[in-house]
Amino acid sequence: MSPLSCYLLVAALVFAIGLAGALTRRNAILVLIGIELMLNAANLNLIAFWRYGPNPAALTGLMFAVFSIAVAAAEAAVGLGLVISIYRHLRTTDLDEISRMKG
Amino acid sequence: MQGTNGFALQTAASGITQLLWLIPAIPMVAAGVIALLKQPARKLAATLAIGSLALSLLLALVAFSHVLSGWTSGHNVRETANFTWLQFGTSTVDLGWVLDPLSAVMLVMVTFVGLLIVIYSTGYMAHDENFTRFFCFLSLFAGAMLGVVIANSLLLLFMCWELVGLTSYLLIGFWYQKPSAAAAAKKAFLTTRVGDIFFLLGIVWLFAQTGTLLFYNSGAGSMEPAALNGLLAAPAALGLSAATVIGLLIFAGAAGKSGQLPLHVWLPDAMEGPTPVSALIHAATMVAAGVYLIARVYPLMQAGTPAGGITTALTVVTWVGAATAVFAALIAVAQDDIKRILAYSTVSQLGYMMAGLGLGGVAVGMFHLITHAFFKALLFMGAGSVIHGVHEEQDVRKMGGLRKAMPLTFATYAIGMLALSGFPIVFSGFWSKDGILAAAKDAHFSRGPFYLLVFGAVLTAFYMTRQVSYVFFGKWRGHGHAHESPAVMTAPLAILAFFAIALGVIGTPAWPWFRSFLEGHAAAIEFGKFGESEFLVLLLTSTLIVLVGLGFGWLLYGSKSPAPEERDVLEKAVPPVWAALRNRLYVDEFYGVTFIAFYKWWAEVADWLDRRVWGGIVALVIWVFGRLAHFDRFFDNEWVNGGFDKGCEELYSGGGLLARVQSGRTQTYLRLLAVAVVVLAVILIWSSRP
Repeated sequence: MSPLSCYLLVAALVFAIGLAGALTRRNAILVLIGIELMLNAANLNLIAFWRYGPNPAALTGLMFAVFSIAVAAAEAAVGLGLVISIYRHLRTTDLDEISRMKG
Repeated sequence: MQGTNGFALQTAASGITQLLWLIPAIPMVAAGVIALLKQPARKLAATLAIGSLALSLLLALVAFSHVLSGWTSGHNVRETANFTWLQFGTSTVDLGWVLDPLSAVMLVMVTFVGLLIVIYSTGYMAHDENFTRFFCFLSLFAGAMLGVVIANSLLLLFMCWELVGLTSYLLIGFWYQKPSAAAAAKKAFLTTRVGDIFFLLGIVWLFAQTGTLLFYNSGAGSMEPAALNGLLAAPAALGLSAATVIGLLIFAGAAGKSGQLPLHVWLPDAMEGPTPVSALIHAATMVAAGVYLIARVYPLMQAGTPAGGITTALTVVTWVGAATAVFAALIAVAQDDIKRILAYSTVSQLGYMMAGLGLGGVAVGMFHLITHAFFKALLFMGAGSVIHGVHEEQDVRKMGGLRKAMPLTFATYAIGMLALSGFPIVFSGFWSKDGILAAAKDAHFSRGPFYLLVFGAVLTAFYMTRQVSYVFFGKWRGHGHAHESPAVMTAPLAILAFFAIALGVIGTPAWPWFRSFLEGHAAAIEFGKFGESEFLVLLLTSTLIVLVGLGFGWLLYGSKSPAPEERDVLEKAVPPVWAALRNRLYVDEFYGVTFIAFYKWWAEVADWLDRRVWGGIVALVIWVFGRLAHFDRFFDNEWVNGGFDKGCEELYSGGGLLARVQSGRTQTYLRLLAVAVVVLAVILIWSSRP
């Protein structure tokens, strides 16, 4: 088994864990954590494909990952902000209670 | 007109001709304004009516003087102003008005007599609560009548003619609370309608033949030679030309309006209306409209005159006129209602006018029309003054000796009566009747009309003497105290009395001004004519006729003073004749058992048909459609609506299903997203396999 496959397997595992957390947890913050995990799994894939790809000398994969991490950070900030404002509004962070997004 | 060989024709329309429409329009506008006034606005209504007619009179005088100045400078004025009213295809219907001696004379007469009668009415109707309505109708009548006079188109004339008929109906039925007045109004309207139907037929035929209804249109009008020659050439039926038949149809309309046999029955009943109405409409103007119409279409009536004779149409006009003159005069002898005597006298005099038109031409008939308008309006207004003075009594047997109580009324009434009887030399009625008799004497086709008219003249003098004896001589036989009428009523009487005498001057054989004016040639004064034997013979004959009538009347009724319940002198002498005359020669009864009975029977048949036959068919149709509607409803409810409802339900439940997906729960969305991504990934991997 090549090192790349190992990396990809780890990334898939992390993604699956993140997805499961995002789908099953009721706490909005834990759902956000799940989403972060999935993003990081994707970042791990980017790095792995770059490192074992045809042109590891160019910093393309690294650039992608850094960009993605920055976007994820911003997204986490926005997500947390939303969660806080929802909490202030509804006094809960339980997603099953928050069902007002339907039209 | 006949006199085209005299003066040259002047046809260029001048300013007054352009404004001629104002003469009928002003009273009509006044009528419209008065119609909007409230009942208490009596002064304003009377002022508007009098003012508008005075304005019209002023304009009429301007128009008359224009024609007169044209005539004195040697022109036969006939100015027209025409315009297109309707256009369909290539043919047009034109309306317009005409200013010629005929219309000018009539304009002045109608506005002048109308003005006097309106002034008189303010006194006569002073106590009527519907004062404003009366003046509204009177103004409307004046406008419509003036429209008839100025019309240069048979269609415009017909419109105004019908308007005049309508106002006549409204005014006869003015006191509609009285059943007799309402019935008289209906009778007048329906009887004249019989004549008007023939008139309308004549108009339509004329339009079909000539393509125009204008009288004069610089050569293209229906009364001008080109159209008349075409009409003469067109055959109709029974060997008559279209000109003759159309002329007779138009005469039927004129006979209805002018109360000629056999359509005279409405005019005596029309006396149910207020007396000023009788004076204005049923003596001076409207009933003269028929005569005026014949004078207006005279070129048509005269078309194709055989050498030394008269046309078929004019022969009919003459005979009808002469027969009416005697027929109505006979009935007038045996009437007791002061206004009914005058009404039959009017019918009789209209017969004279018609006969005058037929025998002697436009000028002879029109001259009698004008003089008659003045003295008959005078007589009617005098009768109104009498009725007013003796507290609404109309039976002459219950009057008597009024010459002392009402001296002014008596004096003027006597002048009117003498003018109507044709008392020699002094009175206008003598000269105008003399003209007709002279023309009748010269008639080539028959002496019949002459003898009829002479007999009528004797009767006229006789019944007028009888009436005046009953009313003004003998002893007072009524109740209460008779009084003279106010000045507003007697002043118009005096003015009319003056004209009843003075108008004779313009129509004597020595100075036939009126005839020359109408026919368009210079008038010469020839006193020598008075000395001619022909004239002297006629003068003596007429004088004899009048004196015989007056003498008989005075002999039978003059000094005596029969009590109201006493039988009439003539009744004692010849009871069956008297009964027949008193019952108006049973004409009404004859119509009752023929035409009216037929119409009643026909109405019943129509009613039966309506109820049984047409009603049954209608009921059947209703039933069939009811059934159809039932079926339709079933189909609609069960099939159309059912199917539609089902479809709606399906859509509704489908919508509900989809709505459940949108739960608002973030994680459900995420789950769907994850499933979708997995499915997509599987599809991608699957499809990318080689």
